[in-house]
Amino acid sequence: MIRSLSRPVARALQKRAMSGASLPALPYAYDALEPTISSTIMEIHHTKHHQTYVTNLNAALEKAEAASKSGDASALIALAPAIKFNGGGHINHTLFWENLCPASESSPPTGALAAAIEADFGSFDAMKSQMSAQTVAVQGSGWGWLGYNPSSGSLEIATCSNQDPLAATTGLVPIVGIDVWEHAYYLDYKNVRPDYVGAIWDVIDWKCAERRFEAAK
Amino acid sequence: MKFTLALLLPLAVDGYNVQKAASRRDLLKKGAAAAITVAAPGVAGAYDLPDLPYAFDALEPWIDAPTMKIHHDMHHQTYVTNVNKATEGKPAVDIVALQTDALAAGPGVRNSGGGHYNHAFFWDEMTPADKASKTKPSSSLQAKIDAAFGSTEGMKEKFAAAAAPGAVFGSGWCWVVVNGKDELEIVGTPNQDNPLMKGVKDEIKYPILGLDVWEHAYYLKYQNRRPEYVGNWWNVLNWDKVNENFDYVMKNHAGVPVRG
Repeated sequence: MIRSLSRPVARALQKRAMSGASLPALPYAYDALEPTISSTIMEIHHTKHHQTYVTNLNAALEKAEAASKSGDASALIALAPAIKFNGGGHINHTLFWENLCPASESSPPTGALAAAIEADFGSFDAMKSQMSAQTVAVQGSGWGWLGYNPSSGSLEIATCSNQDPLAATTGLVPIVGIDVWEHAYYLDYKNVRPDYVGAIWDVIDWKCAERRFEAAK
Repeated sequence: MKFTLALLLPLAVDGYNVQKAASRRDLLKKGAAAAITVAAPGVAGAYDLPDLPYAFDALEPWIDAPTMKIHHDMHHQTYVTNVNKATEGKPAVDIVALQTDALAAGPGVRNSGGGHYNHAFFWDEMTPADKASKTKPSSSLQAKIDAAFGSTEGMKEKFAAAAAPGAVFGSGWCWVVVNGKDELEIVGTPNQDNPLMKGVKDEIKYPILGLDVWEHAYYLKYQNRRPEYVGNWWNVLNWDKVNENFDYVMKNHAGVPVRG
């Protein structure tokens, strides 16, 4: 069937089938997280930063597929950093949009997740305090995570640098992530990262976190 | 836009430091770690924040005035405050000399000592565009540039690739350095590392020019358009200073001295 189409069309169709990643839509409007995160930041963060990770991931994956087909290990190895950076960027931001929600819809965790937080940190406030401190302390660009350790069955706080994804880097299952690349907060908070991290708790979607926790344990 | 209002306030209100101190008190309530990254008024110590050698708007339109003010008064000030904290009680060491063993000295010296040196180096190599356009590499520097990169254009292309988001990744700096064989190289370093620090590259290398590609260096004007920022930056590079840096490094095999 493909053979009967013109060459450019056939190529385009084949290209479409190969490219895996696409930019997910936000589950809310760009201004939904105001005043905590401005609509300006949300729009640039989503349509520029995340989109670029998606575009560059697909380009890297296309090259990797060709290299894989021809058994070119050297080319595959050379592509690894780009796949890690852009793939990680895509994974991280997809998780991030999902674990945010308008402040009016944000309420503290309940049920099994709440119990686990209390068991592993003493209290919800203690967990937030520790996660804030570790996330603020990230040097340069990176992420702060509340994660689930499947081996120990407990919750842990971890940070990753650049776009290193939590699961592939640490083995923890992501429950809640906070982006502390400067682009995530600079237009609103300048270099006062502690203000941003302190404020973002207002827009964390604990229902999403509960679903992730249920799926993980 | 919200951030423009926030910028007008400190410029208009006397007692800018008082305003920052008030918010610092609030932040201290939220956790001790928070205080570390807040710009505080200068704390007495071995290192100082050097003044910019030009006005905040001097590098317009290539680097905007709000970025220069925040970058200098907040980001660089924080590095100075924190390197003073990290070296408190220790014998005074010139900031260039502090770079060599920064990795062994620990994260405080590495991040804040590196940050202080890098930014002090950065301010002094730039100058308003109308002056910059009248400067160029010396004949000895040009010879090295041509040998390493083919031409100045060739160097700028390789520099652009090394400074791109995928290369330096999150936060870092891109440098032209003199290596142990007296040849030029382009190297990228993450966070506030620099090639003067033992262990960062295969050997200590001596920067003659460098560009901050942390997002804070360009975000207000360029957002995610880092390649545009990198390309435009050459308009404000003072080749007279770069020539001085080159001569110093070739003669002394040491890091260029900086103010502060």
